[in-house]
Amino acid sequence: MVDATLDLAVDPHARAAGLRHALGRTAIYAFLGFFAIIYLLPLFVVVANSFRDLPEITQNGLIALPRSFSLKAWDQAWSHYCVAGTCEGIQRSFYNSLIMTIPATIISTLLGAINGYVLSKWRFPGSETLFACMTLGVFMPGQIALLPWAFILGLIGLSNTIYGLIFVHVIQGLSFTTLFCRNYYVSIPDDLIKAARIDGAGFWRIFWKIVVPLSPPILIVTVIWQFTGIWNEYLFGVVFTGGRQQPITAALVALQTGQMNAHPYDIASCAVLIGAIPPLLIYFFGGKYFVRGLTQGAIK
Amino acid sequence: MTSAPSANIAHPPRARHPLAAWTPRLVIAPSAIASFVYVFLFAIWTLYLSLSNSSLLPSYQFVGLKPYFELWANQRWKIAYSNLFFFSAFYVILALAVGLALAIAIDQRVKGEAVWRTIFLYPLAISFVVTGSVWNWLYSPDAGIEFFVRSFGWSDFTFRPTTSKDLAIYTIIATGIWQSSGFAMALFLAGLRSVDPDLIKAAQIDGAGPTRIYRKVILPSIMPIFIAVAVVLLQFAIKTFDLVVALTHGGPGIATTFPANYVYDLMFQRGQIAIGAAAAIMMLVALAVVLVPYAVWTTWRSRRVADG
Amino acid sequence: MATLTISRLFKRFGSVEVLKGIDLEAKTGEFVALVGPSGCGKSTLLAMIAGLEGVSEGEIRIDGTLVNSVAPKDRDIAMVFQSYALYPTMTARQNMTFGMESRGVAKAEQDAAIKRVAALLQIEALLNRKPGQLSGGQRQRVAMGRALVRDPKLFLFDEPLSNLDAKLRVDMRTEIKKLHLRVGKTTIYVTHDQIEAMTLASRIAVMHQGSIQQFDEPQAVYDRPANMFVAGFMGSPSMNFIPGELAKADGRPAVAIETTGGEKVALPLARPPQTWPANGKVVLGVRPEHLFRYDPGLKSQKAGLAMLTAPVEVVEPTGAETHAVLKIGDKEIVGRFDPDEAPRLGELLPLGIDMAHACLFDPESQALIRQGAA
Repeated sequence: MVDATLDLAVDPHARAAGLRHALGRTAIYAFLGFFAIIYLLPLFVVVANSFRDLPEITQNGLIALPRSFSLKAWDQAWSHYCVAGTCEGIQRSFYNSLIMTIPATIISTLLGAINGYVLSKWRFPGSETLFACMTLGVFMPGQIALLPWAFILGLIGLSNTIYGLIFVHVIQGLSFTTLFCRNYYVSIPDDLIKAARIDGAGFWRIFWKIVVPLSPPILIVTVIWQFTGIWNEYLFGVVFTGGRQQPITAALVALQTGQMNAHPYDIASCAVLIGAIPPLLIYFFGGKYFVRGLTQGAIK
Repeated sequence: MTSAPSANIAHPPRARHPLAAWTPRLVIAPSAIASFVYVFLFAIWTLYLSLSNSSLLPSYQFVGLKPYFELWANQRWKIAYSNLFFFSAFYVILALAVGLALAIAIDQRVKGEAVWRTIFLYPLAISFVVTGSVWNWLYSPDAGIEFFVRSFGWSDFTFRPTTSKDLAIYTIIATGIWQSSGFAMALFLAGLRSVDPDLIKAAQIDGAGPTRIYRKVILPSIMPIFIAVAVVLLQFAIKTFDLVVALTHGGPGIATTFPANYVYDLMFQRGQIAIGAAAAIMMLVALAVVLVPYAVWTTWRSRRVADG
Repeated sequence: MATLTISRLFKRFGSVEVLKGIDLEAKTGEFVALVGPSGCGKSTLLAMIAGLEGVSEGEIRIDGTLVNSVAPKDRDIAMVFQSYALYPTMTARQNMTFGMESRGVAKAEQDAAIKRVAALLQIEALLNRKPGQLSGGQRQRVAMGRALVRDPKLFLFDEPLSNLDAKLRVDMRTEIKKLHLRVGKTTIYVTHDQIEAMTLASRIAVMHQGSIQQFDEPQAVYDRPANMFVAGFMGSPSMNFIPGELAKADGRPAVAIETTGGEKVALPLARPPQTWPANGKVVLGVRPEHLFRYDPGLKSQKAGLAMLTAPVEVVEPTGAETHAVLKIGDKEIVGRFDPDEAPRLGELLPLGIDMAHACLFDPESQALIRQGAA
């Protein structure tokens, strides 16, 4: 018997599938959300606590919604706090890191681009072996280089200076920047170089007029990775400098270990943020280049 | 058909423009020399120091393998080494798993993909020192997670792993995974996206459901990425230093010492350079054990693809 | 005086000999095509003429001057590449002035050259665009423009049309020919496409495995190929090769070939062979267009006729003509037929062969057996 009014046909299978689908989507978002919380927690803690009063933190714990607001900790962390024997705050180390990272990044990237250009477009007998040897440097553990570097820096009078660190990071960075740039330049058609040679351009003219204009993508990726890597580096910083010459990573550790009780979470949070903000900013503004560098470099 | 060729046949010519041919070599020479020094000379130097009787200062008197024997007899080195194995296994496998899970989740055409990716990847921009410091606070009982949970009323809740000899290593593992699984996720996501869509369509026509498609079609085709990521993570693991210093300072006591920390200790705090150098060489050996087979495997694979 | 003279040129990469004694010349204003399959060495030869590769042995002379050790930029040559090799970050105009800038040419001269060449190639409207904004054919013209502004002694083309689709290729081919007629520069043109070589060149050098097999005018290469390689390479569909034996039929020299059923048929030769191969074995070469449907009434019209029957295996109409695959003995041959008389599938075709245009080859040396006067 047929009903006088026809309902919309309900397909039990479609209904169940739709429900499964909705459940599945919820599960996925819940999963992602759960991990997002774990990932964002430290960031939240540090940012929030840098603006809170220490007594309030001690009372309510680190993981709490801020119930106070003060900018005192920033001033303390930057200019007054006592770290590693001096009471000038962390600004000195911040400047040290800047002075170390910016030149080292620029020089190592430039050299890497030139090296990559030579190794990809001006092959000579042994150039492939040379490239392989230079690439090995990416994998060497820093521990192998500690004693030799200490000796060499002493020899040229750069011990315990930020300039010594610049030198170390430029040399160590060469392997990485050359690897990246060379792998990128290989994709520039060789015919371009041949045409330029017939047009009368020499080694340097080809580099500046043809190769460099094509380089922005790889240069940005290299600069981002170099800056982040050098800024965040700790081992060489702590071994080759000390006290007022230290980069900010070493200063942060000194700050951390200097505390026996009543850890000044507010000041420490500010210090941590000061140390983390430059690479974080680069990450937020240059995010896609970060990833591009990953996919290009790691899967070589 | 052709005109008579010229009578004198030229000999093979010298380089046409000596300067032009040498410019590339001259340009790369400084970097090449620097790399050579840094990669080979330094390693040999440290190797020699590890076979010398250096203590506080380098000395170049050869003593053979004595420093290595002293190293391996040392309790703290044994702890460091076993920590490394333990940590590496958990760290690599779990970071791969978490990274893969996140990548697959994001690959399901979720909304706001860019936001999710940004969230999971930002730890890459942060120093291990910063990560270690902040998680140290979170693990501490006086204001961290234990405090937080207790503030809800569970006054008996204890969570102070960094103070426990047995549990501290897990904090290093967990924090290491926190730092690195975003990296694994980014690479897996790129890999998932690069699977040939025709393969997936063919599987769908063959009647395979999503789980089966993942297991049998997609994951096998990103196997090379698995291995590449695993190798990179392994070498991070072997080089672990900053994280330990910031998170547990190698403690409590020496419970979470790692080889890299012990090297630093020996060289710059205990004045035992030769043994420190020996420990550094052992780290290099560990890296070689991981990387050399991988390099051989990738060369073999690319050669096979080229021939086949 | 010839613009380009190459004598006893060898090129070795380690122990591999890529060019084995090349002798070539291009007279002033000539268009010489280097044609051959991939790996035959034509691109290497061109690179050596350009100065991008060194010489292992031998001489290259441009206008009589030895240029073995001269850098590319000083050889007064210009080159058009298969991939066009246009500088991607520069406009078309900048692409064309790059070389002049490198040589320090005055700005006024540069502008005059650009104006002249742009008008010649009709690319005035494209001058301010970057290569990425141009179509394939436009890029090709800009690449040619870059070569033209140099006003060189020698033009070198390295497979310039290979990257274009079929229709565009035909159009650009005609443009290149017109350009050559207008500008009249000596040109060396490398291609693997024998039709391009035939239509464009005043002389063709057919290359195979590092040596020149034949260097002659297009029609000569086509009608009297020096060996089986040249015969098979030039012309599409390829020349048919049928093994046979020299014999006599009615007192005249003939070639005996095996047809279906083991039967031997003697095809009378239009002209007697000047040399007799060792055991009388030869290879008969007949081009597809020299096969036709035998009609007894036609006997008087074509000299040097031969007739046999052959079953038709495949029929391929192309519109203008119909190709058919026929079986002779156990060999398959291809013929080109007028669509009105096209063979039908499965038919036992009475096949006529125009023996006046047939070639004889020695099966051992693969060389052409010359035939004397009729």
